[in-house]
Amino acid sequence: MSPFTLIKIAFRALLRNRMRTFLSVLGIVIGVAAVITMVAMGEGSKQSIKAKITAMGTNAITIMPNSSFRGGVQLDASSSTVTLEEADVIALREKAQYINGVSPMVTANGQAIVGNKNEAVSLSGISSDYLKIRNYEIDQGVMFDDSADRMAKVCVIGQTVVSTLFPNTDPIGKTIRYKNIPLKVIGTLKAKGSSDFGQDQDEVIFTPYQTVMKRFNATTDIRTIYANSIGEGYASLASEEIMSILKERRSWKEARDPFRVRTQEEMIEMITSTSDLLSLVLTAIAGISLLVGGIGIMNIMYVSVTERTREIGLRMAIGARGRDILLQFLFESVMISLLGGLVGILLGVLATTGVKLFLNWPMSITASSVIVSFGVCFATGVFFGWYPARKASRLDPIEALRFE
Amino acid sequence: MNDPILSIQHLRRDFKMGDETVHALRGVSFDVHSGEFLTIMGTSGSGKSTMLNILGCMDKPTSGEYILDGNHIEKLKSDALAHIRSRKLGFVFQSYNLLARTTAIENVELPLLYNSKISASERHDRAVEALKRVGLESRMNHLPNQLSGGQQQRVAIARALVNDPVIILADEATGNLDTRTSYEIMEIFQELNSRGKTIVFVTHEPDIATFSSRTIVLRDGQIKRDTPNGNIQNAHEAFMALPPPETFDDEEESA
Repeated sequence: MSPFTLIKIAFRALLRNRMRTFLSVLGIVIGVAAVITMVAMGEGSKQSIKAKITAMGTNAITIMPNSSFRGGVQLDASSSTVTLEEADVIALREKAQYINGVSPMVTANGQAIVGNKNEAVSLSGISSDYLKIRNYEIDQGVMFDDSADRMAKVCVIGQTVVSTLFPNTDPIGKTIRYKNIPLKVIGTLKAKGSSDFGQDQDEVIFTPYQTVMKRFNATTDIRTIYANSIGEGYASLASEEIMSILKERRSWKEARDPFRVRTQEEMIEMITSTSDLLSLVLTAIAGISLLVGGIGIMNIMYVSVTERTREIGLRMAIGARGRDILLQFLFESVMISLLGGLVGILLGVLATTGVKLFLNWPMSITASSVIVSFGVCFATGVFFGWYPARKASRLDPIEALRFE
Repeated sequence: MNDPILSIQHLRRDFKMGDETVHALRGVSFDVHSGEFLTIMGTSGSGKSTMLNILGCMDKPTSGEYILDGNHIEKLKSDALAHIRSRKLGFVFQSYNLLARTTAIENVELPLLYNSKISASERHDRAVEALKRVGLESRMNHLPNQLSGGQQQRVAIARALVNDPVIILADEATGNLDTRTSYEIMEIFQELNSRGKTIVFVTHEPDIATFSSRTIVLRDGQIKRDTPNGNIQNAHEAFMALPPPETFDDEEESA
């Protein structure tokens, strides 16, 4: 029998029991719509986190001392016996091929004071590479020079600091007092907005790291080094290279790594893993409703087979093979599930758009979720239609014709 | 005489019912030649249903041979049997077995759906042709519940004809009909037979047998009698000889 004929027969059989068909289709519709919406929700939150992390800097890599173990207990990172130092930054800058920028990060905490205004903002000691690593751009003025301004009392400030300390005035050339040390403002940064972790990325004061180390902290320890790989896809190569350069400098023999080198991808993974889990749970719950819809199809197909036993007997008597009967019923269940899939996708897209518009949640429908749900629908139809269809195809025509 | 279209040799059919074995057919042999109109008679339990199921290629004998149009049926698997049913047999049942909510023409087309060599247009043409032969071309698009019992049975006969079978098997085809309609149906069978269709008609009504050319009587799974009918009744004449249908006065007035 041609597929076209089978579709026609299935369609007619479904139309004969409109209400019943509608209800079975509805089960699938709800399941698919739920799956589509849940996946869109998970995907949306993941993408928004990703976008925010990417905004913090492209291909950024973070290097920190590893926390040490004592008696099998992992201790806080501050307990680390190894520290990063300026020589590491210089070594990375000279030797590493897979990174194109490296900057230490040392911080001092205190108040920034200008005249009668003050702001509690930490002072970040960095090198000029930090701007490109973290996607900052100079708005006005200039960035300090790593060698010329090595310990200079200069700073570059973000827009939040500008608006708090220098309302209605041009900050360039003015002086900020930080812990009683005057820092001359030589540049301002373009606004970046807040990161996903609630940090205001414009509430920053950048100054050469040597200035912080020598004038504020009186230490040569560096807690964090930032770097960026030469491009997407080089992150893991770059992080391996960084680790081997750092180990080589220290002739490191222990199996445990002295530092943690984290690429941005890993950061994203780490941060999104929680939301991934949540969206997985939500999708699983939605998937269960699809399963229930499938069981609904199976139920209705069993009823249909029993109801049409005589029809099956007749069809067999006039020449239908078991295979023909099997396909006839399988086409019916697949049509129910595919119809449910189509309407479900439509409804899911509508629901997603609604949530996005009215609740302003990040939602993102991916082509793959649509294709996968459609595929799952097809599989549901085949899977749950199979047993009733097989039951039909194995009927004995004599018995089936005698069935009352 | 030419080779038989259907040949049965020493056919036995046993059914296992728990510990007991029921011998439904105990060694039956007969031939049917092309153009014959055979009635198989017998009381219930005589084995005639079993006989019909085997003749209809829906059941296989426990032992013995069944050759239909040159095919050894007893050796075939179920798909091959379905193929034989689709190409060589036409069935007419006591309860018509038309698909509900399906038009007459679509019911008649049904057997051809299982023959992929036949196109949709040919299917339609042949169904129209078959409906014409039973005089129902004007009711092609009627649903079964819009037709009388006799008309439904005529649709079923058209369905049995549409694949141009070598044999039409009828199972108590007049069992659900009154005498007048039965005779009308027999008229159609006789007409088909006169044009060369071979018919095997299972019945328990003796007057139906008088319209056929040969009668086999089964009893306890064996042939009790196999006799040619020297005096074939004409169904049309028999129909005309019936008293006119009972009518009621008010119906006569309205007519």
